[in-house]
Amino acid sequence: MAELWWDYGWPLTIMVGQSLLVIVGVLVALAFLLLADRKIWAAVQLRRGPNVVGPFGLWQSFADFFKFALKEVIIPDGANKGVFLLAPLLTFVLAFMGWAVIPFAEGWVVADINVGILYVFAVSSLGVYGVVMGGWASNSKYPFLGGLRSAAQMVSYEVSIGFVIITVLLCVGSLNLSDIVRAQENIWFFIPLFPMFVIFFISALAETNRPPFDLPEAESELVAGYQTEYSSTPFLLFMIGEYANIVLMCAMIVILFLGGWLPPFDIAPFNWIPGIFWFVGKMLLIFFMFAMVKAFVPRYRYDQLMRLGWKVFLPFSLVWVVVTAGALVAFDWVPA
Amino acid sequence: MIVQALAFYLFAAVTVAAAFMVIVARNPVHSVLFLILTFFNAAGLFVLIGAEFLAMILVVVYVGAVAVLFLFVVMMLDIDFVELRQGFLQYVPIGAVIGLILVAELILVIGANSAGDASAAGSALSSSFPPVSEVSNTDALGRLIYTEYAYLFEAAGMVLLVAMIGAIVLTLRQRPGVRKQNISAQVSRRREDGVELRDVKPGQGI
Repeated sequence: MAELWWDYGWPLTIMVGQSLLVIVGVLVALAFLLLADRKIWAAVQLRRGPNVVGPFGLWQSFADFFKFALKEVIIPDGANKGVFLLAPLLTFVLAFMGWAVIPFAEGWVVADINVGILYVFAVSSLGVYGVVMGGWASNSKYPFLGGLRSAAQMVSYEVSIGFVIITVLLCVGSLNLSDIVRAQENIWFFIPLFPMFVIFFISALAETNRPPFDLPEAESELVAGYQTEYSSTPFLLFMIGEYANIVLMCAMIVILFLGGWLPPFDIAPFNWIPGIFWFVGKMLLIFFMFAMVKAFVPRYRYDQLMRLGWKVFLPFSLVWVVVTAGALVAFDWVPA
Repeated sequence: MIVQALAFYLFAAVTVAAAFMVIVARNPVHSVLFLILTFFNAAGLFVLIGAEFLAMILVVVYVGAVAVLFLFVVMMLDIDFVELRQGFLQYVPIGAVIGLILVAELILVIGANSAGDASAAGSALSSSFPPVSEVSNTDALGRLIYTEYAYLFEAAGMVLLVAMIGAIVLTLRQRPGVRKQNISAQVSRRREDGVELRDVKPGQGI
């Protein structure tokens, strides 16, 4: 019996503990990031933003949480009940699945798998199902149109994200996220691959339905898109899932282009600070950029969105993959 | 080993059950959702045999892209279920034949495997690439595809390209009289092109 415990029980306990730590950590961080998002948005528009609950409105997200959780769940009459409730759950679960392979610092990762980056790519490409299922199951025209738009948008931008990832992989020679960070010890990839960094940032905005690409929930034409019929906890799950995806994308940008947990210079004052602080700091910087974009870029028109994805980003990233591969071979920089 | 066995039975059972639900579900959207569940569990089975690269590609390509388009089309179609059910029985002979062929093939494969032929086939294959334990399977797959089977791989790429061009040609429709936005014309427009100042005398029209 003791053998069974040490062989299976103990590793399982550790795994569950690590996963819970990551999930709770991300959830608490999300509460404050949501507030930060609103505060930044307010500051750009010369407003105060949420400032009533707690000092500087710090507990606003928690107040919102209780308000959502304590309200009644309303399911529309003609809705497909099972799928209707499954959709927000799926969004929420998928948004947190990706965190399993994110290395927060050297060795700080729940599952250090060989195909880490493909795993994140696969999980984030599944995110579209929550939106499409929610839109369809609501049995109402605005959610349906929102769901269709979102499906088209996410599939389109995934293509260019795929090519950006391939470019980085060419320079690393491994699909493991920790290896990708270690490959940036000499130079962070956003310097040699700057155009790819820009494309990835914009595609991440489109992939997570952030403004200026929030067409699935464009309130001027679609009420609230796929979220229109949702209330209470299911809506909360959609909301948290969306923000968890945004922060996951921030983490991906940090890992792929900004050197993950590595300090900017490997000299005295910088390498005293533990890696986790560098990682979180860089993530916050990227999140700040996400919030600023939301605050001052007007929403795209749908045909412009498709044009940008297919006619600008796709050819450009395709050419850049070829150029990168050519340069690596020509200068004999191909990683072993 | 127990954990792997349990995981295998879990994934396999869900795969079979979900695949069964694909054909018996009344609502076509539910069918597609069960199909997605099937793909997902098949990916789980791939992970169990150590082919994590194939598993991820299965999820990215089939679940993330192909099934989305499936769902897209099925959701937009207006399907009459009663009409769909009527001609159901006439497909039974064809279905039965296909099923029988599959069963026969499976029996052949399993028979050959248990007879020990598999080891001979395995050794013939393994000569061309290093043992799986030495390299990651992404590496092994890449070496195999881009060396031994490079021409076949490129031929497959050409077939896909032709199919893509064919689909575009078939659906491309040039409608006359569609007004499109011409961005360069918009941007190069000057004040003189759009605004004209006329001196209108009092009491007179233009």
